Amino acid sequence: MNRPELICPAGTPAALKSAVDAGADAVYLGFRDETNARNFPGLNFNRKELETGIGYAHTHGAKVLVAINTFPRAGEAALWHAAVDDAARLDADAVILADIGLLDYAARKHPDLRLHLSVQAAASNPLAIGFYAERFGIKRVVLPRVLTIAEIAALNARIAPVETEVFVFGGLCVMAEGRCALSSYATGQSPNMNGVCSPASHVRYIETANGTASKLGAFTVNEFGRDEPAGYPTLCKGRFIAAGKPSYLFEEPTSLNTIHILPELMEAGVTAFKIEGRQRGRAYVAAVVQAFREGIDAVLAGRPLPDIDLAHITEGGKETTGAYEKSWR
Amino acid sequence: MSSIGMMPAKLTLGPVLFHWQPEAWRDFCFRIADEADVNIVCIGEVVCSQRLPFLTPLIPDVVARLKAAGKEVVLSSLALIMSERELDDATALAANATCLIEANDVTLVALLAGRSFAVGPLVNVYNDATLASLEALGATRICLPAELPEARIAALAASARADLEVQVFGRLPLAISARCYAARTRNLAKDGCRFVCGEHPDGMAVETLDEVPFLATNGTQTLSYRYADLLAELPRLRALGIHGFRLSPQQVDMVAVAGVFRAALDNSIDVAEADHQLRELCPNAEFANGYFHGQPGHAFIEID
Repeated sequence: MNRPELICPAGTPAALKSAVDAGADAVYLGFRDETNARNFPGLNFNRKELETGIGYAHTHGAKVLVAINTFPRAGEAALWHAAVDDAARLDADAVILADIGLLDYAARKHPDLRLHLSVQAAASNPLAIGFYAERFGIKRVVLPRVLTIAEIAALNARIAPVETEVFVFGGLCVMAEGRCALSSYATGQSPNMNGVCSPASHVRYIETANGTASKLGAFTVNEFGRDEPAGYPTLCKGRFIAAGKPSYLFEEPTSLNTIHILPELMEAGVTAFKIEGRQRGRAYVAAVVQAFREGIDAVLAGRPLPDIDLAHITEGGKETTGAYEKSWR
Repeated sequence: MSSIGMMPAKLTLGPVLFHWQPEAWRDFCFRIADEADVNIVCIGEVVCSQRLPFLTPLIPDVVARLKAAGKEVVLSSLALIMSERELDDATALAANATCLIEANDVTLVALLAGRSFAVGPLVNVYNDATLASLEALGATRICLPAELPEARIAALAASARADLEVQVFGRLPLAISARCYAARTRNLAKDGCRFVCGEHPDGMAVETLDEVPFLATNGTQTLSYRYADLLAELPRLRALGIHGFRLSPQQVDMVAVAGVFRAALDNSIDVAEADHQLRELCPNAEFANGYFHGQPGHAFIEID
């Protein structure tokens, strides 16, 4: 069994340092603009910070992957081209791209730059992945969160030498990534076009007769009693009425946590394990990296999995193994 | 801009996205063939591979009837391909040499590269470079994603060699998932779903807790609650160089809906009259045009 790489989020230079110090094999990050899918206020890197961050990571034997994974605006691709050019110039170990046109640009302009296919491309089978490998030379695909472990194992056997990277912890998209416009339907801003989902600029908490309603744009996403903490109104984790009954129709407010199925994921031949959460703080990054570092090392050494409780850093304290287990569907 | 010298407008009937009873679907297609003033008709299962076996035996008759009526027939592919069986279905679809095939996933682009094909609105075409890449691979007809505003449609139209299409009627496809919300609502496993999605032939309405209609689900797909209505925007779309207009089938008189859009494109009725007729035909629907105007997609912007 190969030792999977642990790929950790870095929303800030401080988080990058924490992740590297905690044992990340690589960190992923984005520029402070619309070219990446976590375009949140106060997050991400300018060019100087990236240069310093890459220096720190490389000195400590870790890699830096730059996510440029939104879809360039027609007629305004210069911002996205500059992001690819600067990542290459500053010696990033790979760029993570989703858009066909941008992959084409990167492959032509920087033939030596390693390309990873973003989860935002939602390439879910050998033919789709093969398309990106043959046309643009991608070396790794970040798999959409729609596949079971059995499907991932079968996929790895078919697409080698293209590597796979899967999410193992953190926020969980319910929809196929890069193929969801719920956010722009409510707010005008979407992951694909603006790098944001359910943006904070459109969130309001309204006092009601019974407690608090969380709203995104014009729409109520959830309601909470007086004694309940009001959660963030991420659209696909809201409560809605369908077929006459209120429910978490799409998904409960929950986080992906695969720590207990690590042996199966490693057995499936996955090259890299990815932790979601570029918007999360240093403490989160350090705790999750440390837990998964211990978990992976235990599996490789043939020891039982350590009993690691991450409930305190999951959304609403709830966990799921998501699509990795077929019953989720 | 004068319509003289402009390319003729083409109306496309998009694929039926919902799980209609097979005979009802066939009869709908037959009536479209016989009566609807549309140029192109897309058929096929886009949302759930478990529904495909119901349509497959009916497709040859439907294709023959549509072609005999002078319609161009396009076969639409599944939007999310995960299993071996779904890959086999996609490969079989791509082997069909009698109709243009509409790729709703990059999988089909991979299979169809090197020959003429269409691209559906569920493939991400956001910019001229992606458009050019797909054109180089053989794309001749591309329906743009729902969330693009006018300025982006304009930039794409300015560089396109393929015929571009914009959805102007019907619920907008917003998301696709591996999880089935029809089965989930009924506490059924996806593999034992009993096809309960068929109980909602126009989509299952999703309301907020304060009972504001918001979305609609269709098995694994999420759509807008509101129907797109770009009747008032047709002249601006034409001026940008868009000549393909997609009507996405809903549970209303689609022959009459096509007639309204045709009359509006021909300028034989004005926008106010066309909008009035459309609302008469869809008495239970709400409408949206926000995306075109760079607003939240659910918005309806009144224009002069």
